[in-house]
Amino acid sequence: MHAVRGVDLTLAAGQKLGVAGESGCGKSTLALALLRLLPASAHLSGEILLDGEDVLTMKWGRLRAVRWAGASIVFQGAMHSLNAVHRIGDQIAEPLLIHGRATPAAARKRTAALLEQVGLPAARADAYPHELSGGQRQRVMIAMSLACDPHLIVADEPTTALDVMIQAQILRLIEQLVADQNISLLMISHDLAVLADTCDRLAVMYAGRVVEEGPAAAVHTAAHHPYAQALSAAFPRIGDPASRRAPRGLPGDPPDPARLPTGCTFHPRCPVALASCTQDDQPLREAAPHHHAACVHVSPAIPQGVSAP
Amino acid sequence: MTTAEAPATSPLLASRALHVTFPGRRGAPPAQAVDGVDLELAPGEIVALVGESGCGKTTLARTLLGLVRPTSGEVSFGGETLDYRARALKAYRKRVQLVLQDPSGSLNPRHTVYDAVAEGLRIHGHPGDERAAVAEALSRAGLRPPERFFLRYPHELSGGQRQRVVIAGALVLGPELIVADEPVASLDASVRGEILALLLKLRDELGLSALVVTHDLGLAWNIADRVAVMYLGRIVESGPVEDVLTHPQHPYTQALLSVLPEADGEPVVLSGEPPDPSRIPSGCRFHARCQVLASGRAEEAGVADKCRTEPLPVLPAHADGPQVACHWAAARRVPRPGGPQE
Repeated sequence: MHAVRGVDLTLAAGQKLGVAGESGCGKSTLALALLRLLPASAHLSGEILLDGEDVLTMKWGRLRAVRWAGASIVFQGAMHSLNAVHRIGDQIAEPLLIHGRATPAAARKRTAALLEQVGLPAARADAYPHELSGGQRQRVMIAMSLACDPHLIVADEPTTALDVMIQAQILRLIEQLVADQNISLLMISHDLAVLADTCDRLAVMYAGRVVEEGPAAAVHTAAHHPYAQALSAAFPRIGDPASRRAPRGLPGDPPDPARLPTGCTFHPRCPVALASCTQDDQPLREAAPHHHAACVHVSPAIPQGVSAP
Repeated sequence: MTTAEAPATSPLLASRALHVTFPGRRGAPPAQAVDGVDLELAPGEIVALVGESGCGKTTLARTLLGLVRPTSGEVSFGGETLDYRARALKAYRKRVQLVLQDPSGSLNPRHTVYDAVAEGLRIHGHPGDERAAVAEALSRAGLRPPERFFLRYPHELSGGQRQRVVIAGALVLGPELIVADEPVASLDASVRGEILALLLKLRDELGLSALVVTHDLGLAWNIADRVAVMYLGRIVESGPVEDVLTHPQHPYTQALLSVLPEADGEPVVLSGEPPDPSRIPSGCRFHARCQVLASGRAEEAGVADKCRTEPLPVLPAHADGPQVACHWAAARRVPRPGGPQE
């Protein structure tokens, strides 16, 4: 089963990249692969360069040093990612202690500072995860990810289970922390609107592959790939008469990674598929400057792209 | 229970002065999850009940379904007050069906699709052809041809298909109302639109009313006729979707809309978590988090003291236009000569 099939992405220092897609499209697998967190049975090929160093060929010791300190991950379900029987302060301090970056006393101090940085009172260090709300737990996860001053934070659906207001709080917090400390951000979500709001560039994944990639606003509002268009239409803009009483979705379901359709993997659900799409898979083509889409309708000759009617 | 204000068509579902209080644990004060709600649903109407988690929207929905008995106030359906005796409740639950958020949780993994859909028929003693009824419900829910799905198990289906099975299970008894609690929150973006379109189609074809409980304002924009915004056990703003979502009057609704990714203007991010239903603030229940009060605009309008001390009345269940429970919004409205403006 190929969960991720040939993904090329680059993220410059201090930049924010969003990866959008549905469940099963391989976006979380991609996140885990970045830090070699996949189970041993997973087969990885290609290169993952973090500050120029290939994560895939790193020695174990070096990899451990890179995790947390080079790049850290904020996972989706904070309740499952935190250990229910340890105080949150101890959990935040754990990477500091393991990495030998601080003495226990200094780690406690740093934990308090981190908690305040993410908007929680330092005294909450003594709390257990169940004593916190969903938003507070997600803040703890973020504090943890910041503990070792990473260059890159991978946030996998950091706000998915949260309310709109809490989601806004967390997104602002992430944005502000990333900007203040010049950290790069790779954010994964199914919500194109959220990503477009937070990130500089956006990549849309379908069936293990990037089908569109470009500047965030352009991918969100003027997508070229029909799948990216459907994804951005899925969450309506309030006040837009076109979407009033007209929810838009795509027929069919995301493909099973074990049984991918032939040709362009999107063709069974595509409203503008041509006969040739069942046979020919499309590479990413330039649709506009710095904007690529993998669709037969994208023609490099016309810069503004024609794609779907 | 009709009052002078009642609309021309009698409501299908109505609540009057509904209160639900849960006892506090370990000596804590009781939690007033629903604290005075008047709500009406007309036949064929889709109403979205929106609010943050903890605002009482799920408790309200469960009370309307007869799953929770109100502490005071009453629920009526088709003009009759809800009767909590077992037999009457069973009959009621044939007419009102619940669809929950996570279809994987609402389906028994060891039951086939057929059994899952037929369960309601068996419980309620369906007199006719069970197989035909199941097939019809499945195809209404968009699973066609239905026979192909009869013997499938939930794990063999995609998330969208599972939610369709849940909806088919709700449809099979021919209900008049569906109460859907976050029906698309656990579904993929591309599937979400299809399920919402299904709810709209069922309304158009069967005249099915729906109360959709959600925190997703886009969902309300996509399918609802009316929207009711709930905060800490009360409806603070309600009205036609176009009015409430494009011209929100209540600061809380304004804040909720302003934090949507594509909203214009500066987002108003309310700090903190929703307050505790066991300690409802005095005065306007929103005043402690209200951005209008905090920024001094309420003071300018001369209502700041009212906001802090004077509680707001319960919004009436039905009116033609939008309604809002807010001192500031009321003060901003220019009163019509000769009487208070509706």
